[in-house]
Amino acid sequence: MVSPAKDQAPMPRASVARISVNVDGVDHRDEVEPRLLLVHYLRDTLGRTGTPIGCDTGNCGACTVDLDGATVKSCQVLAVQADGGRVTTIQGLAGPDGAWHPLQTAFHEQHALQCGYCTPGMIMAARDLLRETPDPTPEQVRDALEGNLCRCTGYQNIVRAVLAAAAELRRQGAPEPRGQGVDVPQVSGQEAPA
Amino acid sequence: MIPAKFDYARPQSAEEAVRVLADAGPEAKVLAGGQSLLPILRLRLSFPELLVDVGALGALRGVREEGQELAVGALTTHHDMVHDPLVRAHAGLLARAAATIADPAVRHRGTLGGSLAHADPAGDLPAVCLAMDATMVALGPQGYRTIPAAEFFVDYLQTALRPDELLTEIRFPVLDGWGYHYEKFHRTAQAWAVVGVAAAVRRERNGGGIAEARVGLVNMGARPLRAHLTETALAGAEPTRETIGRAATMAAEGAHPPTDLSGSAEYREHLARVLTRRALLAAAGAA
Amino acid sequence: MSTGMTGRTEQAPVREVGRARTRKEDARLVTGQTTWTDNMTVPGLLHVAILRSPLAHARIERVDASPALEREGVVAVFTGADLAAGLGSLPCAWQVTEDMILPEHPAVAVDEVRYVGDPVAVVVARDRYAAADALEDVWVDYEPLPPVLDLEAALAEDAPLVHADKGSNRCYTWPLVSGDYETARGQADVVLRRRHHQQRLIPNAMEPRACVVVPVPSTGEYTLYSSTQIPHIVRIMMALTTGIPEQKLRVVAPDVGGGFGSKLQVYGEDAICLALARTLGQPVKWTESRSESYQAQHHGRGQIQDIELAATSDGRLLGMKADILADMGAYLMIITPGTPLLGAFMYPGIYKMDAYDFHCTGVFTTRTPTDAYRGAGRPEATFAIERTMDELAAELGLDPLELRRRNWIRHEEFPFTTVAGLTYDSGDYAAATDRATALFGYADLRAEQRARHANADPVRLGIGVSTYTEMCGLAPSRILGSLRYAAGGWEAASIRVLATGKVEVITGTSPHGQGHVTAWSQIAADVLGVPFEDVEVMHGDTRVAPQGMDTYGSRSLVIGGIAVHEAALKVVAKARKLAAHLLEASEDDLDFADGVFSVRGSPDARKTIQEVAFAAFAAHDLPEGMEPTLNAEHLLDPDNFSYPHGTHLCAVEVDTETGAVAIRSYVCVDDVGRVVNPMIVEGQVHGGVAQGIAQALYEEAVYDDAGNLVSGTMADYLVPAAPDLPDLVTDRTETPATSNPLGVKGVGEAGTIASTPAVVNAIMDALRPLGVRDVRMPCTPERIWRAVREAADSESSRKEDAS
Repeated sequence: MVSPAKDQAPMPRASVARISVNVDGVDHRDEVEPRLLLVHYLRDTLGRTGTPIGCDTGNCGACTVDLDGATVKSCQVLAVQADGGRVTTIQGLAGPDGAWHPLQTAFHEQHALQCGYCTPGMIMAARDLLRETPDPTPEQVRDALEGNLCRCTGYQNIVRAVLAAAAELRRQGAPEPRGQGVDVPQVSGQEAPA
Repeated sequence: MIPAKFDYARPQSAEEAVRVLADAGPEAKVLAGGQSLLPILRLRLSFPELLVDVGALGALRGVREEGQELAVGALTTHHDMVHDPLVRAHAGLLARAAATIADPAVRHRGTLGGSLAHADPAGDLPAVCLAMDATMVALGPQGYRTIPAAEFFVDYLQTALRPDELLTEIRFPVLDGWGYHYEKFHRTAQAWAVVGVAAAVRRERNGGGIAEARVGLVNMGARPLRAHLTETALAGAEPTRETIGRAATMAAEGAHPPTDLSGSAEYREHLARVLTRRALLAAAGAA
Repeated sequence: MSTGMTGRTEQAPVREVGRARTRKEDARLVTGQTTWTDNMTVPGLLHVAILRSPLAHARIERVDASPALEREGVVAVFTGADLAAGLGSLPCAWQVTEDMILPEHPAVAVDEVRYVGDPVAVVVARDRYAAADALEDVWVDYEPLPPVLDLEAALAEDAPLVHADKGSNRCYTWPLVSGDYETARGQADVVLRRRHHQQRLIPNAMEPRACVVVPVPSTGEYTLYSSTQIPHIVRIMMALTTGIPEQKLRVVAPDVGGGFGSKLQVYGEDAICLALARTLGQPVKWTESRSESYQAQHHGRGQIQDIELAATSDGRLLGMKADILADMGAYLMIITPGTPLLGAFMYPGIYKMDAYDFHCTGVFTTRTPTDAYRGAGRPEATFAIERTMDELAAELGLDPLELRRRNWIRHEEFPFTTVAGLTYDSGDYAAATDRATALFGYADLRAEQRARHANADPVRLGIGVSTYTEMCGLAPSRILGSLRYAAGGWEAASIRVLATGKVEVITGTSPHGQGHVTAWSQIAADVLGVPFEDVEVMHGDTRVAPQGMDTYGSRSLVIGGIAVHEAALKVVAKARKLAAHLLEASEDDLDFADGVFSVRGSPDARKTIQEVAFAAFAAHDLPEGMEPTLNAEHLLDPDNFSYPHGTHLCAVEVDTETGAVAIRSYVCVDDVGRVVNPMIVEGQVHGGVAQGIAQALYEEAVYDDAGNLVSGTMADYLVPAAPDLPDLVTDRTETPATSNPLGVKGVGEAGTIASTPAVVNAIMDALRPLGVRDVRMPCTPERIWRAVREAADSESSRKEDAS
């Protein structure tokens, strides 16, 4: 147990912050207002407009990006919170040769987008699912996309596309690293005896 | 929508965070995962002068087993809790409830401590902590103190934490051998619970009667509640559909649930009774 | 790039129409290389934020913007009075009756605010954060006035008025009377009355609205980039509203992220931004937040429907009466008053009857204006007839499908002129219904339903039927004229054949997710005999596509797509003339297939259309009088609407303890005529059905007694996500339309129109045996629980009375 030392100087509070963030493989250093949303940093500061904004309450998921290996809604994260981090957006998914990620291909082939506004977030969320659950059921796909709203497709072809991409990734033998399938705990259960 | 201006501090230790909070006074807010705070700031429902970002305090994230307790760091994310082997083995109810929070991206950022300190009675975790008799550990200028869950949730969005205190850890008594169930009723997948019920049941050895039952209620008042009458009625009772059903009819006694867009107070009382019955039947293995 | 688009380019394609082509649109959208309006930036761009009324109804006493002007980064602040001189009233294009009340509608309120969200002041700043901050420092004093919220109370003699100077909240009453309903009613064995509530809905296109205006002060030219479905209409209306000459105004709809009617509008923000750019001489941008959009974009639906069906005891319909109260909201926007009337012709649905009596009264309220939302009037009509048909079936003890069979127009009766005066060109309701019941397993589900009822299962099963038709393909200009709509319903297409034989199609439609680029390529490729990949489709910019009536009302394919087809035929006719000249043959002796002209009987005498295109470009040797081009354009004005139809069947499980509804299965069999791209059609059905289910179960714009929008954020307004919607079984029957050469019908709205009554009918089918008479939409768990409880209470009190 530690107790707070009483003789140290107060920590300075700042109205600007210096951040360093890697976005889609490129390092950026910037001075930002602490209140700057990560999504505005991506869009307005860096011009990475592939990630759109669809709401102000974190419900729609259009702005979903990957931050240090896990999806976040970039409108619910401050740019300063990404300091020192790695951000991957829809614009960073294709391979160095421009080859599409299997999810991008599957969304195209399965007609999983109409207006396309939700698509970047949808693909990022699906990518997150397939890292943890390489062979999901349709229900698992639907559950994993619960935070991403689409108004055009009724989700039907999105589910198809994610399943198709999962099969393709398994075929390639290259599900993105983050371990094997992890199911959530059951609805109810019995604790292991002590 | 865009948050109003605020200053920012990113302390490197819990002690430093507490000093910053103490210096700043009540206009400072702690930023953990930010999944409740950011929407509030963006809608300009709150105007803190200073955000104290505790995101660098890696020591506050993670789960330890300490004797008959599980110590969960305040910055442990919902996603961590869903997948953590210790939580799944010894506090399955917590893992189960965490899995129902919002959506995967929110669960990556949202933290246990943040949820509890925000103290939204519609949140899933406060009632779970209450049902599990968790103990909150807070660090303040005078050092650490512990607060039982039953005393932690004071009112709507209000906890026993003082402005210069930081929630650092939540201690859960290990409920090995208990059955549990989290029953959440919500209108769409990512919507808040209209009502939620966290139930845990310990049976007598050899599959006998109910030794102890715990029921935590989500969104049944200004703060999370325990259904004490139901719990009392079940102590020593046989785990039959009849006894559990009868006990569940008392689940909403004394509750003053809100009336809002997702349901009236009367409907919530009804749901609390139905969901309590379902949760207890599942937890007691009598479903 | 591995795009999956691996079409051949060397040889002529197989027939394109009917192929499930993957979309040309997708490549940019799946890689984030998009041009949403908010993506745009230009040097000197200023950002606009709008202060909106927090009150439903109030007099503006004073606006003090001076503190805001003191703030860092703020360039200017304007009140309604400041802007009034340069901006006319926002337009309404549909004076539905001669005596319709048409209030002034300033883009920024001057004296009075009339809904929560009514603009009050405008801040211009150097960045969006500064603009948002400055809103906090514009001070407005309001004198509250009474809100007007209840449609029936608003029509009372002494009701407070939304527009005091107009003397009434009654905007109009519009009749459609055919046959003698009173006589029909007098002959009826059964007269069934039902009241249906169409809750207000918020369209929720995923892209919020945004606009950017770039002025050239020295020439007085303006470019308006706007997330709109209707760049052409916006151009005309903005010219009229702002006084900017039409030829100086260019409107561009860049990538537009969905619309569903919400972007079929001439919004004040576009006018405000044009006025600001004119005053400041600098480019400006405005982007709304989602919560702002909930107040600032028009809402849909919002009706009370009193429906009466007169029928014989064996279930033959004699007549129908419909009295509608339609919530206009505070102002009339582009087609606010006409939207409910788009449904007026559809209340009789697919059924034969002798008399029809329809009246619609538009009512002003202190809420966000209403206007078109996916289906626009027709979902309301279809809900009314399909819900009431199920009630009639129950009343008569008939299977709901059997009642429909006894009344629907039979396949051999087409073309059929309905009691509402429309001539349905084609359809086969029995075929679609038979297909749907087979896919659904109708008989098995009925058996399970009976078993659950017999066992008093707390989870009941219900089956809902919706045999819908709709009128779309808006619209024949002469009909629009007779309905007093200000404009026509034609569509324009032009085709440019380039020197290399590649093709540019310019369309007046303005897609925002519908896949026109792909579908129009298929149509043009077929007629011209060129590869699909050789066709580029351009749209959505009034400089590129100067003529057009834009995209709404499931009109794009049946009018705009057919216009492309017709323009392509004109190109072929020109090419044929030139090919005949080059081949020294008579035009009549030329065959044209797969892009090749050949002389009948001399197979070696041939010219490809690409060769002909180059010959036209070179212009060395043209027939007498021919201009050196194969380009052609076509403006198409349709003769009739398009009438897709189908049968949707929904099975729900209703937990009578909690009121929760789970959709167990959903089958749709739609007949949208011939299909250009089955993949796109299926996608339209999926999305349409999802929105219809959302109305049935989840969504409502809820106002409190003070007129505040309580469901004011996406956290409160429940747009369903993937786990909230069922897996759909879709299929089609194909009865070609006779009104156009491709036999196509519209599909954009069909799913939405069909699905809402299917779901609610299913819920009612589950609950009717318990004594439940109705559940209002959205059928929330609480509403269902209350309905079940009240039915049980009245059942037990009946038993007590009897004992």
